[in-house]
Amino acid sequence: MAMLTLKEIQVLLRGDLLTPGLDLEAACTKVFASDLMSDVLAFSEPGSTLLTGLVNPHVVRTACLVDAMAIIVVQGKRPNAAVLDEASAKKLPIIATGCSMFEACSRIAQYLPDGLR
Amino acid sequence: MNGDFVFRQQFEIKGGDFSRGGEVSCEVKNLLKEFGLPAASVRRAAIASYEAEMNVIMYADHGFLDFSVTPLEIRIVVEDNGPGIADIELAMNEGYSTATPEMRELGFGAGMGLSNIKKNTDRFEITSEVGKGARLSMIIRAEERRA
Repeated sequence: MAMLTLKEIQVLLRGDLLTPGLDLEAACTKVFASDLMSDVLAFSEPGSTLLTGLVNPHVVRTACLVDAMAIIVVQGKRPNAAVLDEASAKKLPIIATGCSMFEACSRIAQYLPDGLR
Repeated sequence: MNGDFVFRQQFEIKGGDFSRGGEVSCEVKNLLKEFGLPAASVRRAAIASYEAEMNVIMYADHGFLDFSVTPLEIRIVVEDNGPGIADIELAMNEGYSTATPEMRELGFGAGMGLSNIKKNTDRFEITSEVGKGARLSMIIRAEERRA
């Protein structure tokens, strides 16, 4: 199976793009799922898509600093307007999904080759 | 060559201001990208800077980040007037944390900060006096290597 694009992940998770206009055509090659920004800083790889249940501004800043390609917010949560504005300014797409973290990871994992998740 | 600064800037960090935490490190990263430094070095410096910046936000009233770039390396010095670190060796252990619930709610305080700075730098020194503050000195070589 070919690599998923962010757009395909949005469809897979029935997600909403909360940062309109940002490109979702890039291929998602790595995923890192965590609510612990300490772990994102310590263990994520550059170019990862970050799945998290947190919606504070530090998620956007952490994702930007570790070179994440996008943020997927799980569990039906929605960042506030200031957080979304900051993500848009940093050209960091945020997709919100009603899926739980487990469900979102499960849906994406079946399309990622081993070693990229 | 080590004293041959191409760029130097100092940023203030206001302790306790969680809403602005990370802004200094985002600016540091933007500058490093503008300078055209290798992406892996930029990422390592940004992570180390952010961990150190958040330590000031979480534990001190005030601090500053001194950022400089030479043709060979990135230097970041973060100093604060916080409570200091009584046992630096213990604080360097992964998982050791004195974080408050507020810090943990934001996704920090897992006790990874200082060890992660060490991991992402080529030289890392901590000096501290209990009751007076801490000084973190970091050097990241400007070269392509592991992310």
